[in-house]
Amino acid sequence: MIRKSIQSRRARETRLKIYGITSICFALIMLATLLISIGLNGYSALQQAYFKLDISVNTEKFVDDSGAPDNNKMNLFNWDGLVQSALREFFPEVKDRDEKKELFAIISANAGYDLKEIIKKKALGSGSHTLSVWLHLSDDADQYLKGRLSIDIPEEDRRINNKQIAWVNSLVERDIAKLKFNKTFFTSADSREPESAGILGSVIGSALTLFVTIMFALPLAVMAAIYLEYFAKPGKITDFIEVNVNNLAAVPSIVFGLLGLSVFLSTFGLPRSAPLVGGLVLGLMTLPTIIIASRASIRSIPPSIREAALGLGASKMQAALHHVLPLATPGILTGTIIGMAQALGETAPLLMIGMVAFIIDIPTTFTSSATAMPVQIYMWSDSAERAFYERSSLAILFLVAFLISMNLLAVVLRKKFEKKW
Amino acid sequence: MTSKFRTKKVEVSYGDKKAIRDISLDIEKNIITALIGPSGCGKSTFLRCLNRMNDVIENCSIKGSIHLDEQDIYGPDIDPVELRARVGMVFQKANPFPKSIFDNIAYGPRIHGLASNDSELKDIVHNSLEKAGLMDEVKDRLNDQATGLSGGQQQRICIARAIAVSPEVILMDEPCSALDPIATAKIEELMNELCQSYTIIIVTHSMQQAARVSKKTAFFHLGDLIEYNDTDKIFTQPENQKTQDYITGRFG
Repeated sequence: MIRKSIQSRRARETRLKIYGITSICFALIMLATLLISIGLNGYSALQQAYFKLDISVNTEKFVDDSGAPDNNKMNLFNWDGLVQSALREFFPEVKDRDEKKELFAIISANAGYDLKEIIKKKALGSGSHTLSVWLHLSDDADQYLKGRLSIDIPEEDRRINNKQIAWVNSLVERDIAKLKFNKTFFTSADSREPESAGILGSVIGSALTLFVTIMFALPLAVMAAIYLEYFAKPGKITDFIEVNVNNLAAVPSIVFGLLGLSVFLSTFGLPRSAPLVGGLVLGLMTLPTIIIASRASIRSIPPSIREAALGLGASKMQAALHHVLPLATPGILTGTIIGMAQALGETAPLLMIGMVAFIIDIPTTFTSSATAMPVQIYMWSDSAERAFYERSSLAILFLVAFLISMNLLAVVLRKKFEKKW
Repeated sequence: MTSKFRTKKVEVSYGDKKAIRDISLDIEKNIITALIGPSGCGKSTFLRCLNRMNDVIENCSIKGSIHLDEQDIYGPDIDPVELRARVGMVFQKANPFPKSIFDNIAYGPRIHGLASNDSELKDIVHNSLEKAGLMDEVKDRLNDQATGLSGGQQQRICIARAIAVSPEVILMDEPCSALDPIATAKIEELMNELCQSYTIIIVTHSMQQAARVSKKTAFFHLGDLIEYNDTDKIFTQPENQKTQDYITGRFG
């Protein structure tokens, strides 16, 4: 009898084990598929097609009467013309107006502007200079060179025509155009032209926003947790607060966005699209998460420690701040970082307060217009250009990397603050 | 003999449940008083009334009066924080803070501002450790974690920590229940020395311990004070049948 029952128990155990392993494998496969497909789509955005131009400039044109550099004169100069005439030297056969237009379409529409910025940064001495610079090819030429634009479809349906393909190929043959590391992606903010668009603006926007979030939510949540655990008198009001804190954690994030819109923007008149407002809204959203985690963490500290402090004549606040809080720190930090990771990936509330705007400047203060990484991804994935597709994939990988490093930080901080008993 | 504590008709209830009833007893100064009785008889509850540690427990209500040096400790002008500085407590389970030995002892003086500078603080810590008989054992590792010490040493750290605030009374709630006989003997020896300058009240499950260390003993049973007398009397000629039964091991 017993032997029989043992056999069936063993069989059940094995089956359960198999279920467990299967579900873990399934989860891992899904995760790997996701990351690999995003990675395959996004890796090519690490490179960008550049072309080399030899250009001569006379800096004397850009100084005012006293000889000091004059930005105004620099801005007024026809940089596009300079780039275009330099490009035409490679293709003297192009004469026709329409043909010229097609030729200029293979280089970035921002090439002139980029050239100006390069010259500005170089701070050349006075006189005439000849230098060779690398400028972006257009996103279509870039996609063609990466093999991401199919040339099998009829010419009229294609974003790049046969003539343009021939020009690009000839530039590549002459070693004037090639794929180089896409530095722009990591050093600039958004742009209408994929080749000039980068994630730095949104990364900094996210960082500023999260800074506000943590500064706002962490102290409030920890104080609330201490109050609820140690000071609140049990009763209807405390129960009501408890239930509502738990309810808040389940409120859809877009509702917090609407709240931010009506309270922070309409009532308090804070600036639109600002990391300050984004941070406050996300802070409100993460508040219940951190409160719940902090309370659990405070509750897990043995009461004997608190009694020891009270028995020595410490006040309730001293017992909480000197003894319980330091011991509860690892748990509170873990909860905080989970909340922060949640806030980092949140798009909906930011849409409501205007952080979905197209912003080409890298934000520098808490009130300057900014966007956040998930919003940037959302906007790029919505764009028509093929080149934005790979860029949004790479940005997703970046966001994931950001999240992983935050979680690593949580582990490190936990290890650091954890005390041995 | 002067009384340190004078309690009259103390009654404590947790919610609807009465933990102790009608406890009236006087505790004498500078001796060791033992509170004995079976589990759940209310002796720890009574002890915790004496420095208002019951305040921390929700829905705990106290009736009657407790006077410390003729001052009602539940009176409106008494701050429990100040009271606990005068009436220190050592708990059943050694509960040193997970900090260095030095910081453990120095915590009380620090929060009460008993030392005006570092060298004074150091003196207080050293004196307290000396009085607790720990100095020789820990003098080279004052910066080590107190939680790394042995159980007996941890409990003596807790006693030293209580002494450092220079209280008038030290309450001990079964301080030796988790210790081996050697560590217990050390703590009992320490109590004997300390009772010259402090009033000590100890709750214990061990009747031998009560007989060994205390001068007076109170026997509690089911929330009532059954008998309170000199320890010698209680253990040789108890007046009450229940006391007789308990000390001879017929129940409890």
